[in-house]
Amino acid sequence: MLSSGLRVFFEGRNMARLMAGLLVTLKIALISIAICFLAGLLAGLLMTSKRPAVRAAMRVYLESVRIVPVLVWLFLVFFGVTRAWGLNLSGELAAVLVFVFWGTAEMGDIVRGAIQSLPVHQRQSGMALGLTEAQIYRHVVAPQILRRLLPASINLATRMVKTTSLVVFVGVTEVVKTGQQIIEFSNSKNPAAAFWIYGLIFILYFLVCYPISLLSRRLEKVWAY
Amino acid sequence: MKIQSIGVKKAITAILVLGLALALTACGNSSGAQTSAPPSDQAAPAQAGAQPLADEGAGGGADLIAGDKVRIGVFSDKPPFGYLDANGDSNGFDIYIAKRVAKDLLGDESRVEFVLVEPATRVEYLESDKVDIIFANFTVTDERKEKVDFALPYMKVALGVVSPEAAPINAVEDLKGKKLIVIKGTTAETYFTENHPDIELVKFDQISEAFQALKDGRGAGLSQDNTLLFAWARENAGFTVGVSALGRKDVIAPAVRKGNEKLLAWLNDELKKLGAEQFIHAAYEAELRPAYGDSIDPENVVIEGGETR
Repeated sequence: MLSSGLRVFFEGRNMARLMAGLLVTLKIALISIAICFLAGLLAGLLMTSKRPAVRAAMRVYLESVRIVPVLVWLFLVFFGVTRAWGLNLSGELAAVLVFVFWGTAEMGDIVRGAIQSLPVHQRQSGMALGLTEAQIYRHVVAPQILRRLLPASINLATRMVKTTSLVVFVGVTEVVKTGQQIIEFSNSKNPAAAFWIYGLIFILYFLVCYPISLLSRRLEKVWAY
Repeated sequence: MKIQSIGVKKAITAILVLGLALALTACGNSSGAQTSAPPSDQAAPAQAGAQPLADEGAGGGADLIAGDKVRIGVFSDKPPFGYLDANGDSNGFDIYIAKRVAKDLLGDESRVEFVLVEPATRVEYLESDKVDIIFANFTVTDERKEKVDFALPYMKVALGVVSPEAAPINAVEDLKGKKLIVIKGTTAETYFTENHPDIELVKFDQISEAFQALKDGRGAGLSQDNTLLFAWARENAGFTVGVSALGRKDVIAPAVRKGNEKLLAWLNDELKKLGAEQFIHAAYEAELRPAYGDSIDPENVVIEGGETR
């Protein structure tokens, strides 16, 4: 009974559709992660700025991302922007915008934490040597914080991959929604379809997220001091 | 020191802005690939050129919509009303009627773009003008009427409660002290919240999640439109629709954006025309009878020409 459910993968274009769904998931997640990791480094610097106004602005940004659920941001950007300015963003673009907006704030906070965890004498020593602010970041701060922010940022990356399942609400059919469509269609003839489809989705998510963890482990060794 | 730090910050701001701008343009280009329309639409660009000629013989509805395709919001995981088949093409009772409407509007069945919607996003899609018509099992309610304009109904519906045969829920009273599964943004959620606040609701965003939760025993029953439940219970052995008609008898109708009176008037005329040829009955025979079997009288489900008897 259970193994006969496997046939769900070979009916029609089901397998191709699941792979297409996975590509959508990957595209949104990887573009967002790449952008927000870079932007997050800069956001982190701004969060540790000496100017109270800059810090306050970043604080408002971070809190607004934290307080408002990602789903609400998706609705705001996808439907709200169209209603307010008549600008018709595609679902994928809206998703990437929201993910970058969210990821940059969280990444920035991770970077801020890493910078502030550096003992103050590191920076003072740099100043005593006559290094400029930029030189201190380049030669003293950056090499040390990169390794410190790895674990938290890898968590953020895998979380972003998994949160892509929300983009169905802005009309983007990613891998989980594709699976559900196939399950609902196959249910009558093949009640075991849900087991196999969700099983495959589980494996696919693992195949996406595991290399990210491997990369982080490798980087931790490379950047060891 | 101070001057340098300002320099760094200016550079940072510049890079941030540049990065976001790049991201915007890069994604904007790639997003063109995203469409939920069926493969048959690929022939559409060629037809677009011949549009003025084609419209002469058609329903002449091209001026009622903005693009050269009518965008119709449908469900993707709600058989037998709106679902994707194994090839990823939209099918079902709603789609059967929607295709005919598109054909009469623009002269060609392939000039429809099916936009896949969720129950909770149907109103939003209309309000933000991302679809022209919603054909997604949309129950007419007073609350929704304030936000969208419903056309004439094509289907009747009441709420039902499906439950395991081993522990059937045969009346609302049976739900006392138990959990009931509902889907967010549906009439079932509203009905139980307003009329039976003592029953604990377990809410899900998606239809497939909710049914899975019922199978996993995360609620004593699941409340949804009875039409959907009849079909589901028939397909899933061990479940029964113990409560088959609850609350008000509602109707289901296509909807357009609030104030889109031209399209609304055209759609109403179209539904009357379809009623005259008993088209909704044909749709029932093609899409619903295979799911419901012969146990249900079509007259309890189908409305022709918007006339409820």
